[in-house]
Amino acid sequence: MTTPSRLPEPYGQASGANLADILERVLDKGVVIAGDIRINLLDIELLTIKLRLIVASVDKAKEMGIDWWESDPALSSRARRDELARENAELRERLARLEELEPGRAPKEAP
Amino acid sequence: MTGLRYVYAVCRPLGAPLQAELTGVAGAPPGLLHHHGLVAVVSTVPEADFGEEALKAHLEDLDWLAATARAHQGVVDALTTVTTPLPLRLATVFRDDSAVRVMIEAREDHFRALLDRLDGRVEWGVKVYAEEAAAEPAGAAAASSAKPVSGRDYLRRRRERGQAKEETWQRAERFAHGLHERLSARAEDFRLHPPQNSALSRAAGLNVLNAAYLVPRAHSEEFVELVDRTKDEEPGFRVELTGPWAAYSFTGDTGDTGGTGDTGSAGDTAGAADAGEGVS
Repeated sequence: MTTPSRLPEPYGQASGANLADILERVLDKGVVIAGDIRINLLDIELLTIKLRLIVASVDKAKEMGIDWWESDPALSSRARRDELARENAELRERLARLEELEPGRAPKEAP
Repeated sequence: MTGLRYVYAVCRPLGAPLQAELTGVAGAPPGLLHHHGLVAVVSTVPEADFGEEALKAHLEDLDWLAATARAHQGVVDALTTVTTPLPLRLATVFRDDSAVRVMIEAREDHFRALLDRLDGRVEWGVKVYAEEAAAEPAGAAAASSAKPVSGRDYLRRRRERGQAKEETWQRAERFAHGLHERLSARAEDFRLHPPQNSALSRAAGLNVLNAAYLVPRAHSEEFVELVDRTKDEEPGFRVELTGPWAAYSFTGDTGDTGGTGDTGSAGDTAGAADAGEGVS
């Protein structure tokens, strides 16, 4: 308190802080008192935290290479599933044709 | 009376008056409620907006929440220029003045202990963003849109991406850790908060350090300079300083040093003292 003039000005610079910083503090931090009116502040806290978690967990999973939902036909559009099925059928057909041509070698390569 | 009492902060009697033009939540000027040698900074808010049901609904409205949060923070900010306030959490509302007095009496020892500990100190927020790491997903998306020509090609690309990411992470970790070591050596206490998600904060880059430091006012200039000096130290990283804040992150408990980053539990410890918290 003895050297307030030595602080960088303007002192109230936090008022220009971004909303995420302000919300982070006024919603999650500070002294917690349940007032007379029992607003369950834990509700909003949970809400924001949940939102964060949902977004974060998707990022985190991708970062770890778990991105199966992007290529899983069951999770992508029907068009894509159809295309894969068609491609699959085509490949099976070609494989069958190859097996007919060289019956001796086909079983070895199967695995 | 249809007004409720909104409490922003608790502090010791002020040496200087509050700014005359200061307005708080719902546009009302904050006033001081003296009790037992402590001061609650309060203003009147309409019951229509701050009654239990209305408030619950409002809190889901991001515009309303933003305006209220800024007003709350504006008052706490103004207080920080003249004293060391204990900021209360947003939307702490009481029926009337006597309910505020009862609250002060119930917690006065706790308030005094906290005020003693925080007197003359402010909180500085320091965040480190890794700019490359955030640019990565965009690059990755571009790469995957150009269809890999074969399975092997796909795996190779994925491995390269993984390695680049790993290196960026290691650099981010080293830089953030080194900075934190230096800053915490100059601070009395610190809290490591969970990184902010860029989807929510809309800040560019990936937040790899989100810390709060408790610093005496007298050492603040030095602290700010130290942060400033790191700004261009390492390419690819951005250091952001916010503050001075009221000691929001340090009001949850009384003595332990942070470190685990779990301030939520620190807050809960304080909250557990009053019966109201247990309900939920």
